[in-house]
Amino acid sequence: MSEVIATNQTILVVGGGISGMTAALEAAECGKQVILVEKNPSIGGRVSQLYKYFPKLCHPKCGLEINLKRIKANRNLRVMAMTEVSAISGDAGNYSVTLKTAPRYVNENCTSCGACGDAVEAEFDSEYNYGMNKRKGAYLPFNQAYPERYVLDPAIIGTDDAEKAKAACKYGAIDLDMGESESTITVGAIIWATGWKPYDAGKIQPYGYDRFQNVITSVEFERMLDPHGPTGGKILRPSDGKEAKDVAFIQCAGSRDKNHLAHCSRICCMASLKQTTYLREQYGDDGKGTVYYIDIRAIDRIDDFYQNVQKDPNISFVKSKVASITEDKETGNPVLHGVDTEGYHRYSNPHELVVLAIGMEPSVPAGDFPIEVVLNEEGFVELDEANGAFFAAGCSSDALDVNRAVQSATASALRAIQVVNKVAGAEG
Amino acid sequence: MSNYNQEMIEKYRGNFLKEVQDNVEEGDWVKMCMQCGVCSGSCPLGPHWEHPPQEIFMMIRAGKREEVLESTSMWMCTSCYNCIARCPRGLPITHIMHGLATYSKRLGLAPQQQPTAKFAQLFWDNLVKKGRVNELKLGLSLYFMNGFGEGIKTSLKMKDIGLNMLKAGRMTPMEMLGGHSCKDTKGFQAMLKKAQELEEARIGKHGN
Repeated sequence: MSEVIATNQTILVVGGGISGMTAALEAAECGKQVILVEKNPSIGGRVSQLYKYFPKLCHPKCGLEINLKRIKANRNLRVMAMTEVSAISGDAGNYSVTLKTAPRYVNENCTSCGACGDAVEAEFDSEYNYGMNKRKGAYLPFNQAYPERYVLDPAIIGTDDAEKAKAACKYGAIDLDMGESESTITVGAIIWATGWKPYDAGKIQPYGYDRFQNVITSVEFERMLDPHGPTGGKILRPSDGKEAKDVAFIQCAGSRDKNHLAHCSRICCMASLKQTTYLREQYGDDGKGTVYYIDIRAIDRIDDFYQNVQKDPNISFVKSKVASITEDKETGNPVLHGVDTEGYHRYSNPHELVVLAIGMEPSVPAGDFPIEVVLNEEGFVELDEANGAFFAAGCSSDALDVNRAVQSATASALRAIQVVNKVAGAEG
Repeated sequence: MSNYNQEMIEKYRGNFLKEVQDNVEEGDWVKMCMQCGVCSGSCPLGPHWEHPPQEIFMMIRAGKREEVLESTSMWMCTSCYNCIARCPRGLPITHIMHGLATYSKRLGLAPQQQPTAKFAQLFWDNLVKKGRVNELKLGLSLYFMNGFGEGIKTSLKMKDIGLNMLKAGRMTPMEMLGGHSCKDTKGFQAMLKKAQELEEARIGKHGN
């Protein structure tokens, strides 16, 4: 890999999801030098794992494709995958950053032909599909991965599988001697776009995510709809592989709850409303959805989306936070128990599949930041002068939908540009 | 205590939420309820409540004073704490239920025939005599709570358990003759009297 060149007029973007990509592109297209680091083997982030966007119900792959084209075409932008920031010191306009790059064991000769993947036998839980299926020990993270290059799971290094992969490669792309590399660079501003992760559903004890197979999270449900996904695009029950036509959605699963995440995760109402449309898309009049909610927060202009879903006779709404879930042993149906707020009726409703509209939490926990950062009480990065030229973009700043994450990313790109312009002015 | 009730009605003039906030233990929390219903759904005795906690909170806000205070609902609470553990807003629901029950009792509005309310009174009357609970007398008064006929029936039903307890030394018939007491019964009574005075002074302060 060629040496990384950076100066205190360079902007470092940490995280290659939709926010990081946007911030990096906005700054690079303004003529600034940008380094984008991503800890996974590919950029794309959680948006690449979505089937459709709300409210337009278009496919994220499309916007991702446009962003990737912009990234490939831009000479000011350098993407470093499998790289993490291990330390930051200094101040606005002059940061020293230590980057650690994990070995991919595959060099730039790779044409992603897939021969190594075919040769390797070991399989691991697929990170991209939230462990719903397996991937090989030599793999392409997903079809649209960038850099478009295979990666070897570190667990197969030193085994026969690694040798098999090497032997299968016609291009000499596999380098089993690759090791971790470390470099220290100077940058003027840092855009922190490490994003979010789904709250650990197993912690919501009464919902039994860890006990009942047919209780899944919204991010897993999203993966089911992907034609190349773990179920080939079908909505199937994990317990018996049967089609799930009667699906319940539980809102605020982990959000707005002092026992879990105190904040409203903001995307889940729209995400569930969107997911109810998948039922009609797949099963027509046979698909039935029930949304259990405290209150629906379909914000501003997307309220009409909510109204349209309400008009669908196959989708019903129950104003109640579900108290607990049990399982009907005979059918494997999860049974939802609670009391509704519109009349205080006690219910015990069986459904074929339950989707928990899981909350968002920052992917970097407070205390794990490589530099002292002002966070709010939910762990999101504040816009605070004490943070210097360390600006959060997207979901590291708050629970945001894609639309707002991109706005946030553009704003932080502008803030970073102001800092490096000042440096340039001082030096010029 | 009906005067006290009248006093409170006049003082709060239909603002029942304020009355609850001022007079009920943890009553300040009632306004924090967001009506999600997790408490009602989590209550093991839920189906037996006339109004589940979530509904009671809404009724308080709607100013349904008599319906709430005369309700048997909050007397159904067994302090299992399921609702407190699950409430997303951290409301001390169990404590509020006991607070409401206490307040309704103080106002003289508590339902006379609700078994938990009746038993609570029996327990208290039994305890204050000697500073120790006389389990034999308490058990019997519970059996005969609803009349002589039912008392005999229940006693016969429980006969084997009673005999076994006698055999195991867990119960003595001597308790019938007065029974054991704490070391300083007089001091105990004086302490209760003082507590009563303090409580009345506290209520008086709020009541006026």
